[in-house]
Amino acid sequence: MLELVLQLEAIEDHILDARQLSDQAEEQMISDIEIVKKMKREIIEAMLLTGEGHLPSAFSIIDILWVLYDKILNIDSNNIEKDDRNHFILSKGHGALALYAVLSERNFFTKEELRKFARYDSPLGGHPDCKKVLGVEASTGSLGHGLPMAIGMALGMKIRRLNHRVYTIVGDGECNEGTIWESALLASHHCLNNLVCIIDYNHSTDRALTLGNLSDKFSSFGWCVTIVNGHIHEEILKGLKIIDDHRPLVIIADTIKGKGIKMIENNPAWHHRGPTQEEASIMLKELQ
Amino acid sequence: MRKQFVKTAEAVAEHDERLVLLLGDIGVFGFQNVFSKYPERVYNIGICEQAFTSLAAGISKMNLIPLVHSIAPFVVERCFEQLKIDFGYQRLRGSFVSIGASYDYAALGCTHHCPGDIALLKTIPGMNIIVPGSDRDFDVLFRAAYSGHNPNYFRLTEKGHALDVPVTFRRGMKIREGRDGTVVAIGPMLERVVNACINVDVTILYYTTLSPFDGELLSATFQKGKIAVVEPFYEGTMSYDIVSFLQGKSINMLSVGVPRRFLINYGSATDQDVACGLDVAGIKTRLERFFNAKK
Repeated sequence: MLELVLQLEAIEDHILDARQLSDQAEEQMISDIEIVKKMKREIIEAMLLTGEGHLPSAFSIIDILWVLYDKILNIDSNNIEKDDRNHFILSKGHGALALYAVLSERNFFTKEELRKFARYDSPLGGHPDCKKVLGVEASTGSLGHGLPMAIGMALGMKIRRLNHRVYTIVGDGECNEGTIWESALLASHHCLNNLVCIIDYNHSTDRALTLGNLSDKFSSFGWCVTIVNGHIHEEILKGLKIIDDHRPLVIIADTIKGKGIKMIENNPAWHHRGPTQEEASIMLKELQ
Repeated sequence: MRKQFVKTAEAVAEHDERLVLLLGDIGVFGFQNVFSKYPERVYNIGICEQAFTSLAAGISKMNLIPLVHSIAPFVVERCFEQLKIDFGYQRLRGSFVSIGASYDYAALGCTHHCPGDIALLKTIPGMNIIVPGSDRDFDVLFRAAYSGHNPNYFRLTEKGHALDVPVTFRRGMKIREGRDGTVVAIGPMLERVVNACINVDVTILYYTTLSPFDGELLSATFQKGKIAVVEPFYEGTMSYDIVSFLQGKSINMLSVGVPRRFLINYGSATDQDVACGLDVAGIKTRLERFFNAKK
């Protein structure tokens, strides 16, 4: 009888622990959503000052970037010069504003610096420059360079016997580039299971060249493939934690260009255009 | 020069574990010994030059030193943007060693010619451009340059010269002194220039490092008058460097190089030399006409 009571108490404790964990996860989720909203507001405010930037592209990837920097990369401004950390390359360099907002949130530079975006003497340009900005690992902008660079880093890590991973975000339009498919061959041939390529699949260039079934394509190139909703943090995190024995990992992230702002969601007119004061007010209100 | 490249690369790989050799499915047989000795640092990457140039940049970012090799048009022209952005803009360490020069593969036609490589690479700030004239030049210059902080381009040819000249990375050198003007001989052109200048009394300067250009030597040597540049690539490629270091001086300049047109004939590199006026006789004719005019 005593044993039964003790067992029931233990079960109750487990249930309480699980509820607490669930509550904590929910709190964390709400907190993450609020942080992302805050960063989006900061991006709009920075753009308002210069009229520069690719707002929809930034909002397409900002959830993924936040999960990466908050939970996966283990990169901070204190270990940036060290080899024994994970690495990240933003291959679609025009999403730079999202990267800047995340780096600023992670104290690589101040919010004041973020507000100087794209000014003549600002280190923060329309595309990221690794020689100017702490935390930016590669200067990208011309599409199709970041993934093969990430492959070189992953191969270099294998050569040096370092047990960390290299992550990169590639745009779906960027997948038009031949170097992406050269890279797809190279990564699987060299069994780079320390490489994670996230494709920001927002269908922005379907109007020019449809990519068809990306999952089948990468799978046939010898990659481990998973598909996630690129705006749901738990799904992103689950995908990022997959490790294959020998294959590189591609995460096809279904995303919405301009996510969170009705007037720009999937509206190509906004690809490279800053908001007016009036438009910014509407956007900021939507992000409250 | 390719055999010397293999020897030098093997020797450097032996004492520097940072060196990673990347081949574009070119010269693989020659490197078989290196492949078996250092399998973790030698790769035949395949025929995907653009991706593998960026891949080399990633290798460099991991504090290793990539050494990339293929035929000149595939190293430079096909991958120019990768060289410009990934290595030039990001100021990454790495060496690119090409073979074939302007038309060593004459019989293969224009797709395998590359007389425009140096002119193109000179638009990339910080890119070291090295044109060895001989096997020994390559060995000395590669060892001096490969581990520096800038990207390097080494242009190899199968038609190097046989002169023994003590070259130094980043420096030109005076081969002989004369009174009627100056001839700048670039890399493999040196021996032909020496042989072509039998009847002209000129100073001969020898350059193997083209970027950065040793302007000090040129401006200290040349005061005024005639200067000829004999270059194994498109004629006029070195004009900007020559003119910018001789500002304020009165000069009369001749460029002897590969004519700026597609070389649509085949044959051998020697046939092309004759057709381009870059054999000893052709160079001699043009230099004598230039330096002996209105004497």
